[in-house]
Amino acid sequence: MTLAGALALLAIAVCGTGVALTRDPLRQLVVFGAFGIALTLAFFIFRAPDVALSELAVGTVLVPLVTLVAIVKTTRKQG
Amino acid sequence: MKHGAARWIVTIAAALAAGAFMLYGVAGLAPFGSYHGAYGDLIVRVAVAQRHALNVATAINFDYRGFDTLIEEFILFTAVAGVTLLFREQLGPHERHGGDPDVDYELAPESDGIGWMGFAFVPLGALFAIYIAIHGHLTPGGGFQAGAIAASAYALVYFGQHYRAMKALVPHAFADALESIGGGGYGLIGVAAALVSGVFLTNVLPLGKTGDILSAGTIPAINACVFVEVTFGFVTCLELFVKQTRKTEKSE
Repeated sequence: MTLAGALALLAIAVCGTGVALTRDPLRQLVVFGAFGIALTLAFFIFRAPDVALSELAVGTVLVPLVTLVAIVKTTRKQG
Repeated sequence: MKHGAARWIVTIAAALAAGAFMLYGVAGLAPFGSYHGAYGDLIVRVAVAQRHALNVATAINFDYRGFDTLIEEFILFTAVAGVTLLFREQLGPHERHGGDPDVDYELAPESDGIGWMGFAFVPLGALFAIYIAIHGHLTPGGGFQAGAIAASAYALVYFGQHYRAMKALVPHAFADALESIGGGGYGLIGVAAALVSGVFLTNVLPLGKTGDILSAGTIPAINACVFVEVTFGFVTCLELFVKQTRKTEKSE
């Protein structure tokens, strides 16, 4: 395994733990985005650029947006 | 106190047992990066010569294993249908009183810069997505990735302009129609191949010169269908999700 690969796996471990330890859902979304980027880098370094592209679009934009909507819907007071 | 001590003993014993079991499993794994798949090695060796597609992953997805991908595409189609059913029109009290159903929540007003940046990403994202889609058999990426990128660009409209702009940008009927055309197109290519050659989803088109945009036979055509289906499937889902943020209570 290369140094870059090891660093990417370490980043996944750190960000994944960060997602689990973040209590506030809104902050958790931001950490989840970072987790997605760590995964993207790992896929790219381990020579799976196809998967990296999917993860980039789905993990850092689409999933956070859908979750954001769920948070808005469940926490906002009706005005 | 006694209860607490017993709980700790059980916890530690369970953790040790689970840990030992995991260590045993990890110790028995093949070394990092080793691969023993005769089929994989074979297909990597022959795919470029057989299909004139430089991206072997795409050649496998849309040709060798085209039938699997067709079913996967139907899974996405079914999922979008499920979301549509779940979020079907249910009027809130505000709308029943004749209010405008598309009023957004009163969010903090965006600056013009952020507002227009949401739109600015749409042509850029669409262009990049089309590039990824038509080069699917040549460079990394393909219909699915391109569709996800296009849908991401669409999602960014929400951050700048809210729901009303999303709805105006891609009318629902338009997205529905294109999603169905994309999904059905894949199947029709398979049926057309079956009529010509007798086998469903055979690559019957001329393979062309390796490295050209128009090469690799039916792969780019299937790729384009998947691109359209994924893009508008995600767009439909996003539009329905964001619709949920509308104001549904009458504000005084």
